[in-house]
Amino acid sequence: MASQPTRLRVLALYKELHRLGRDYDPSYNFHGKLRRMFEKNKDLTDEAEIEKAIKFGEYIKNETLALYSLRKYRHLRRMYPPNTKPDS
Amino acid sequence: MRPSAARLLNILVPIKRAVDYSVKIRVNPQQTGIDLNVKHSMNPFDEIAVEEAVRIRERLKDAVKSIKVVTIGPSKSAETLRTALAMGADSAIHVEIPDSAPPPEPLGIAKALRAVIERQKEGVDLVILGKQAIDDDAGQTGQMLAGLMGWAQATFASKVEVNTADKVANVTREIDGGLEELKCQLPLVVTTDLRLNEPRYASLPNIMKAKKKPIEKLSATDLGVDLTPRLETLKVTEPPKRVGGGKVENVDELIAKLKEAGITAVKA
Repeated sequence: MASQPTRLRVLALYKELHRLGRDYDPSYNFHGKLRRMFEKNKDLTDEAEIEKAIKFGEYIKNETLALYSLRKYRHLRRMYPPNTKPDS
Repeated sequence: MRPSAARLLNILVPIKRAVDYSVKIRVNPQQTGIDLNVKHSMNPFDEIAVEEAVRIRERLKDAVKSIKVVTIGPSKSAETLRTALAMGADSAIHVEIPDSAPPPEPLGIAKALRAVIERQKEGVDLVILGKQAIDDDAGQTGQMLAGLMGWAQATFASKVEVNTADKVANVTREIDGGLEELKCQLPLVVTTDLRLNEPRYASLPNIMKAKKKPIEKLSATDLGVDLTPRLETLKVTEPPKRVGGGKVENVDELIAKLKEAGITAVKA
């Protein structure tokens, strides 16, 4: 595998994505896909390619975070719409 | 850098471990409450409160001395404290209640918070908490706390600006028909509304760092507060199931159905 710092970055990214995957819709095999994608790239040696793969992983992380934020916000907004206090 | 003459701000953020927002609420078999054997997480409005405290520090920098989070709950509530610490709080206080104890009521919580505030040697200038908990929707704790302490309160805040030099805060509130801007003297209780901010995600490295931050453990007896509920819940039932609408064939049938429902014609 690549140099030690890169290895640490990849492992940290994997752990972060794994933890995020816990809240994902169970009908989509997040953990399975995650593992397969990382394993597919495990023999990369070219630094530029490794960097590209890491960037893609971070992109997925940000997309998932945005998805969770939106899901939560939409739910809360539905439950607590603006200006619903009863007339006194 | 020379410290400013204004006193440094100590912020307290009470949080609650509540039923998670995504859980489908079910009434328990005894009809005394809801099924609590489900996923719990930090009350979303309290997440917004923690986020606001952290953002106030990002804006005011050294003027904020400490951000403490506090929770009153069973042992599992410590996880919620760790999440808040991972979001940026400095230290936490866990007022632990036995797992078998009934969930405390807002008045009990407010009294416990008062005791916690009085224990803080450096005082508390700003208390920020969620406007209501999503599992009981009581929406009373912030107001009761302000009443007990004799402090100013600004509820349903959608914007908070603190001026440490003059010891005031400008708070914009969401009310029916628009927004209201209040100028409040510190110390102040603020309750957060949904549109105040978007809470940050507590990343894994921050969660690891949070493990080193201190959590002070206290009990209700340490605070001299009685958390026994004063209200007895007699019965909890689900709302009536929604009955689907029916289609009518013609106008006569519509009139017949309206008459059945007790709606009479208006005299012209």
